[in-house]
Amino acid sequence: MIHSLFLVNASGDIFLEKHWKSVVSRSVCDYFFEALERATEPENVPPVIPTPHHYLINVLRHRIYFVAVIQSEVPPLFVIEFLHRVVDTFQDYFGVCTEAAIKDNVVVVYELLEEMLDNGFPLATESNILKELIKPPTILRTVVNTITGSTNVGEQLPTGQLSVVPWRRTGVKYTNNEAYFDVIEEIDAIIDKSGSTITAEIQGVIDACVKLTGMPDLTLSFMNPRLLDDVSFHPCVRFKRWEAERILSFIPPDGNFRLLSYHVSSQNLVAIPVYVKHNISFREGSSQGRFELTLGPKQTMGKAVESVLVSSQLPRGVLNANLNPSQGTYTFDPVTKLLSWDVGKINPQKLPSLKGSMSLQAGASKPDENPTINIQFKIQQLAISGLKVNRLDMYGEKYKPFKGIKYMTKAGKFQVRT
Amino acid sequence: MTDSKYFTTTKKGEIFELKAELNSDKKEKKKEAVKKVIASMTVGKDVSALFPDVVNCMQTDNLELKKLVYLYLMNYAKSQPDMAIMAVNTFVKDCEDLNPLIRALAVRTMGCIRVDKITEYLCEPLRKCLKDEDPYVRKTAAVCVAKLHDINAQLVEDQGFLDTLKDLISDSNPMVVANAVAALSEIAESHPNSNLLDLNPQTINKLLTALNECTEWGQIFILDCLASYLPRDDRESQSICERVTPRLSHANSAVVLSAVKVLMKFMEMLPKDLDYYGTLLKKLAPPLVTLLSAEPELQYVALRNINLIVQKRPEILKHEMKVFFVKYNDPIYVKLEKLDIMIRLASQANIAQVLAELKEYATEVDVDFVRKAVRAIGRCAIKVEQSAERCVSTLLDLIQTKVNYVVQEAIVVIKDIFRKYPNKYESVIATLCENLDSLDEPEARAAMIWIVGEYAERIDNADELLESFLEGFHDESTQVQLQLLTAIVKLFLKKPTETQELVQQVLSLATQDSDNPDLRDRGYIYWRLLSTDPVAAKEVVLAEKPLISEETDLIEPTLLEELICHIGTLASVYHKPPSAFVEGSRGVQHKRLPPRAGSGESTESPDVGQSGPSEAPPAVIPSQGDLLGDLLNLDLAPPTATVPSVQPSMQMGAMDLLGGGLDSLVCSSPAMGAGLGAAPAAMPASLGSAPAVGGGLGDLFDLGGGVGMPTGSYVAPKTVWLLAMKAKGLEISGTFARRGGIIQMDLSLTNKAMSVMTDFAIQFNRNSFGLAPAGPLQVLTPLSPNQTIDVSLPLSTSGPVMKMEPLNNLQVAVKNNIDVFYFSCQYPLSLLFVEDGKMDRQVFLATWKDIPNDNEAQFQIKDIHLNSDVASNKLQGSNIFTIAKRTVEGQDMLYQSVKLTNGIWVLAEMRIQTGNPNYTWMCWRRPHVRECVSQNDSPVIS
Repeated sequence: MIHSLFLVNASGDIFLEKHWKSVVSRSVCDYFFEALERATEPENVPPVIPTPHHYLINVLRHRIYFVAVIQSEVPPLFVIEFLHRVVDTFQDYFGVCTEAAIKDNVVVVYELLEEMLDNGFPLATESNILKELIKPPTILRTVVNTITGSTNVGEQLPTGQLSVVPWRRTGVKYTNNEAYFDVIEEIDAIIDKSGSTITAEIQGVIDACVKLTGMPDLTLSFMNPRLLDDVSFHPCVRFKRWEAERILSFIPPDGNFRLLSYHVSSQNLVAIPVYVKHNISFREGSSQGRFELTLGPKQTMGKAVESVLVSSQLPRGVLNANLNPSQGTYTFDPVTKLLSWDVGKINPQKLPSLKGSMSLQAGASKPDENPTINIQFKIQQLAISGLKVNRLDMYGEKYKPFKGIKYMTKAGKFQVRT
Repeated sequence: MTDSKYFTTTKKGEIFELKAELNSDKKEKKKEAVKKVIASMTVGKDVSALFPDVVNCMQTDNLELKKLVYLYLMNYAKSQPDMAIMAVNTFVKDCEDLNPLIRALAVRTMGCIRVDKITEYLCEPLRKCLKDEDPYVRKTAAVCVAKLHDINAQLVEDQGFLDTLKDLISDSNPMVVANAVAALSEIAESHPNSNLLDLNPQTINKLLTALNECTEWGQIFILDCLASYLPRDDRESQSICERVTPRLSHANSAVVLSAVKVLMKFMEMLPKDLDYYGTLLKKLAPPLVTLLSAEPELQYVALRNINLIVQKRPEILKHEMKVFFVKYNDPIYVKLEKLDIMIRLASQANIAQVLAELKEYATEVDVDFVRKAVRAIGRCAIKVEQSAERCVSTLLDLIQTKVNYVVQEAIVVIKDIFRKYPNKYESVIATLCENLDSLDEPEARAAMIWIVGEYAERIDNADELLESFLEGFHDESTQVQLQLLTAIVKLFLKKPTETQELVQQVLSLATQDSDNPDLRDRGYIYWRLLSTDPVAAKEVVLAEKPLISEETDLIEPTLLEELICHIGTLASVYHKPPSAFVEGSRGVQHKRLPPRAGSGESTESPDVGQSGPSEAPPAVIPSQGDLLGDLLNLDLAPPTATVPSVQPSMQMGAMDLLGGGLDSLVCSSPAMGAGLGAAPAAMPASLGSAPAVGGGLGDLFDLGGGVGMPTGSYVAPKTVWLLAMKAKGLEISGTFARRGGIIQMDLSLTNKAMSVMTDFAIQFNRNSFGLAPAGPLQVLTPLSPNQTIDVSLPLSTSGPVMKMEPLNNLQVAVKNNIDVFYFSCQYPLSLLFVEDGKMDRQVFLATWKDIPNDNEAQFQIKDIHLNSDVASNKLQGSNIFTIAKRTVEGQDMLYQSVKLTNGIWVLAEMRIQTGNPNYTWMCWRRPHVRECVSQNDSPVIS
């Protein structure tokens, strides 16, 4: 099981270590540093690194490497999932997951890690349970604690820990009972030079914020559940009911949680909400290149495309770019060769464009690589897959909750090749 | 008010200050002080000096303070075992606390303190906690058993905790069940044959029930445990599958992959005509695809596993090609894996798409990725015949880009395409030749030379092209040299009139000016072939080559089956059998897929004959590192260039030219070509017929027993290696010795023929430890009839390495003015024990513990009347060093280390009881070394 954990910051210093079994010397991280050195980009460090006696499994989050040390055969996904959970917990507790936040709360971090694993076995990883065991630090509580001498460690066994609904604590009370659901879809797409779609798929999630008193039992139904043929549920969802009736039936955890995530595969027809017209060319023998880019909406069901951000890694030979945006601002970093253009909202009447020239190193030959254009955008009130919630009902409690559903479509890895 | 204040240091000295605060009367101050101590601990500062002061804070009803002290204890108890005892009372008391949280915490913490004295006190509280009324305490106690087992396995067994743990599998609480399973699995890992997880239909049923209700982590443990169960029949298998499939929709990817493992394994038992089988196949695809939309590190692990799954059951993902298309900002490790799977999934239906993608990738920035993409195009051409033409034209387009590394990769793969589709794409040769000058990598140069040689008759200036390479012959790598030699010989056979000079030049370069035995041998063979029978030479050199197989890099089927049983583990990420690499796992049982029920299919090839050619087991080209792969790799168009009908005799024929010659001893047919072809059958026989050298254990022992060798390493008497009647009158006997750190081969050459012998030379075939002559064979005077001459040949261990069977086998060729003779002999392994083989005591201890049990071998040596000191001295003379000695119950135990020339360490324990020394040998790293070690050590000791 998981032996030890080391946290390494961007400059390659170990700033925290935790051992769940015997102490493993931090020199084991040397193998990690070697791999780090070899990697061209910070993201390119291989996730599993073998060493003579241990295996190092790492994830990079918020510019911190979480390096887990294992000694025997352990499923790597188990370790990675656990590390994700650690990151999520830190973020949940401290608002951000940064080196500074971790150092500022080092004792809570230590208490949390101790509570999350026992001898390398996961113990309590649900944030609801953890929060009952170890109260998240707040300014108010720190003040109260210093005055009253009370602690931020729960004295009681968390109620959820062993019940059939481990994700929910009992005795929840709210004056305003509300349940909000966000349907968020991300489109991953590769569009080729000519504008046709090579592959497009949708990663969707339904995130919920449920603040309901008592033990509510909810059902959520969809207008078109057939879309959901590849789904992963929160453990609270009753799978049998879904299989039989295509209805989500569950006792929700308290607070924020991800109810389900789904995947609409490339075999379905996925609508592409924007198009790009581009002309990036270099002439042989000239030290100038042309750059033209125009964006336009497409299949957006009449909704506006907002927060558009275009970025592209220009070829290494490009020294500078002299461009003229019809709206928004652009930057070009001559060191990393990263061009990024903050477009804002697309106005279908007046399409945004970015035109101008690029200067190349004098005498250098025409670059071989074609830059890929990366696009980010948001569309409010639209789930691009067409998924729609039909109704939400509550059983088991008497009050009438306030319910709300929001849709949003975002670009995931949306890439246009030139 | 953040914790960073705990890091500030004061001038007075931190420890001093903290000590004062820890002993403060104020609770609040105490807690703050402990927090400071913990903070220092987290950043790796040594605060162990505060141990007594911190332990004093333990007696408190403040839970946070208690937890903090426990945290401290776990970290430092090991370094302060005597102090740690002070904490025991509080622990025992806490185990009886009314609050289950405190009971659990106490038993949990006690288990983490790895101090023997504490563990003694742990047993009673643990026993109680295992039967606690509160499930939270029980589940914590279950894990504690695993901890205790790690510290003191015997204690756990003696106290009967294992049985209690087994009972917990039937616990009413699913979390307790899951933890019991996890604990048992971990314990079972160090006890491969203990059968701890005795799975029967009843327990399986309990596990499946718990599976639905326990946490995600518990589900992983239970699924992994289920995967090791072997259902009785297909009905049971199906019912388990049905209950496991809902796990495929879990949000935790580790649960999903563990579920995939169970399904992939149990599916094997389902009849293929069953409707459910098809349903299951369909259900497996979406979760796998979903894994690919997760974070890159998850994707990587998923992709490595998908790589196995598509090899086993390509039908699952055959329609999902697009999800493997590479995004330009994927990390490189994800890109390379995706590419691999794309090729595996490539078929006639999707090849157009795949090719378009690959071409796109070939213009990316990352060099490694581009290279692999270009290779992938070649692999597609070979795999999907219909696409070959398009692939070739894509490759030509890429060559036109003139990007150096793209061109080189393209040429390497085009060579393979020529092998697969001979006489089809020769029109492109002209384009290839244009790029001759830009090739600077050996592999690309060798490929180009092979093409020129193979198609010499169609390239007008082939002789000029090859001649241009010949100029820098000695600077080329072996690969290129061998290829050039073969190509020029081919050219000569095709256009004998114009190229005579060229071929003589290359033959003399290869045979006279080169130190490389491979090159020399090949040169000699060609030379002799050409000079004796040009027609036979033509038949040999220009023989029809076998076609190369469609799939490359496939995992060998038995390994694949084992890996399928280990989906989701490290083994599946590294594509190595689990026993091969995780040191902690001692003796992992080999898992096999269950046989399919109800049909006559055999276990070995469960897929044969079901649905068309796609399922036929493809021929496998083993990956590199493997013996054959290694040779193929070293030698581009390997034995095909020289040997007819290689396919059946690949392994042996490829071994070496020398190997081929050996068998002529036996089959007495001087025809070289035929001899080479027949090599595999004859080889073992010829080895067998060589006089038994090195012999059996007892044999040598007897011989050695008489010889008093007080110091220096043991040298066996000479034995006859080459009989005169088989070597035209030359008899060779010899032995090996190690003198002053130098390995020597002592030879006696006897001339039993009627004529004088001169011009002696010796060469070794590649062997296990890279033994090679360090200098020429010094036979200065001609050997007249009936004369015997003794020579000592110093040996080095820097020669080429190839594993031999047996390990210490050495194949030797001796040449004189009459002929070349081949024989094989076995050298004692003690020859390879180096003088600096004395391991540091600490290192020895650490290493000894790490040796997996199945690397251990035991041997008994009888009838040695020596006491341990004398034995130890004697062994030292042979570079077997005694590191430590202890005496237990009248037995002397000697701990010894040996280092081999290639850096392998062998550790040994020798027990000596008067009259019956029992020698336990444990060997580390390479199991096959140990047999030889045992054989060779008995003579040394006596």
